[in-house]
Amino acid sequence: MAINLKKASFWGYKRENKRIGVRNHVIILPVDDLSNAAAEAVAHNIKGVLAIPHPYGRLQFGADLDLHFRTLIGTGSNPNVAAVVVIGIEDGWAKKVADGIAKTGKPVVFFGIEMHGDHDTILRASKKAKEFVQWASELRREERPLKDLWVSTKCGESDTTSGCGANPTVGNAFDKLYPHDVTMVFGETTELTGGEHLVAARCRNDKVRKKFQFMFDRYQAIIDRHKTSDLSDSQPTKGNIAGGLTTIEEKALGNIQKIGRKCMIDGVLDKAEEPTGPGLWFMDSSSAAAEMVTLCAASGYTVHFFPTGQGNVVGNPILPVIKLCANPRTVRTMSEHIDVDVSGLLRKEMTPDEAGDALLDCMFRTANGRLTAAEALGQRQFVLTRLYESA
Amino acid sequence: MIHFVVHEDGDGVGVVVVEGVKAGQKLKGWIMEDDKDITITAKSNIPIGHKVALKDYKPGDTVIKYGVDIGKVVAKIAKGEHAHVQNIKTKRW
Repeated sequence: MAINLKKASFWGYKRENKRIGVRNHVIILPVDDLSNAAAEAVAHNIKGVLAIPHPYGRLQFGADLDLHFRTLIGTGSNPNVAAVVVIGIEDGWAKKVADGIAKTGKPVVFFGIEMHGDHDTILRASKKAKEFVQWASELRREERPLKDLWVSTKCGESDTTSGCGANPTVGNAFDKLYPHDVTMVFGETTELTGGEHLVAARCRNDKVRKKFQFMFDRYQAIIDRHKTSDLSDSQPTKGNIAGGLTTIEEKALGNIQKIGRKCMIDGVLDKAEEPTGPGLWFMDSSSAAAEMVTLCAASGYTVHFFPTGQGNVVGNPILPVIKLCANPRTVRTMSEHIDVDVSGLLRKEMTPDEAGDALLDCMFRTANGRLTAAEALGQRQFVLTRLYESA
Repeated sequence: MIHFVVHEDGDGVGVVVVEGVKAGQKLKGWIMEDDKDITITAKSNIPIGHKVALKDYKPGDTVIKYGVDIGKVVAKIAKGEHAHVQNIKTKRW
């Protein structure tokens, strides 16, 4: 039965800034690699909170440092997060991250380890984390219109079945969501190579097209500067090639199926930048799964569509990642990772409309609180994008 | 039973969507965009997800899939053979 989206709603958490989350995480967010141990110790002490360790945050500078802050602040600001404890090696940058998150109005506190050591920091941060998680556990979901949902997409370990099955299913769902003022995003800049003219043609106007072309050319220049071969060991990946994808052009044309046939690209975002209105956005981003999904979470997206062919297992700490797959072998051999099986598409047992509706049904159930396969399996990759070397 | 799918009429390759395709096997195909049926005889063993050539190719030819250029032929491919990295390369990068 087709889903009527006109009056569709979901149950979410209304945050202080009116954004709607579908999860209620209290996170312990290290600013830098040196604060991971303290953050993880707090998460060990206080049940129901989540530490998000990562390897960076020292001696970065310029645009790379800006992106680091934008990603951490965006992650803490995401409406899937109820409250945040920030821990840094020193107060300055920890305060900067906490101040950024505080603009949403949600509870946030920061701790610097220097002058205190890990023990004292862990003790004080644990007390705050306990207070936050008990407060968050009393928050209740409320019914919200579909337009309050922000949906991102990125595919991974793609093969040729992605291009003819799973990715067009996302496209079908995006075409259905678009008229209802949902805020959506796609990206993977280098994985448009060979189909960039098709993306440019879908831009809402010349201003958007120009910005898209700028982002595309900027990324191509990075590839040209650093490449030592034609990237055929990297793009397509070894997994893509094992799955039957031969060239970047073929991979890109499959990738682009995710933006459907009707929706227009309304705007272009830099990495981890927050969109300013509903519609479909293009975000300049890496094509590596965890990097891209981390950037989507930092931009404020609350549900993610992840089509796979050969079976990527990626998840995210705060953004529920819904996996769909059209490859019958992957659905059979990696079933625990797949939320929506659309392999019937390639046997003519399922229409594209039915596949799109199956994905939307899973989207609503996920938004309402059902754990995705990646969440249940503890797949929580949090990978910060780096632009260049540290100072 | 569908053994391979083709995105649209005019594409020079199809995608095998079942496991265990062997050389000599008669394959039934489905052109998705135009909802048409075609048949071809496989000349190679072709794994699931991999492409079957729907026409003869010589080096320098362009391969069309989704109605768009996906790369250049670098070694001869006969109709029904496995079309992949051993005979097709990117035109980019």
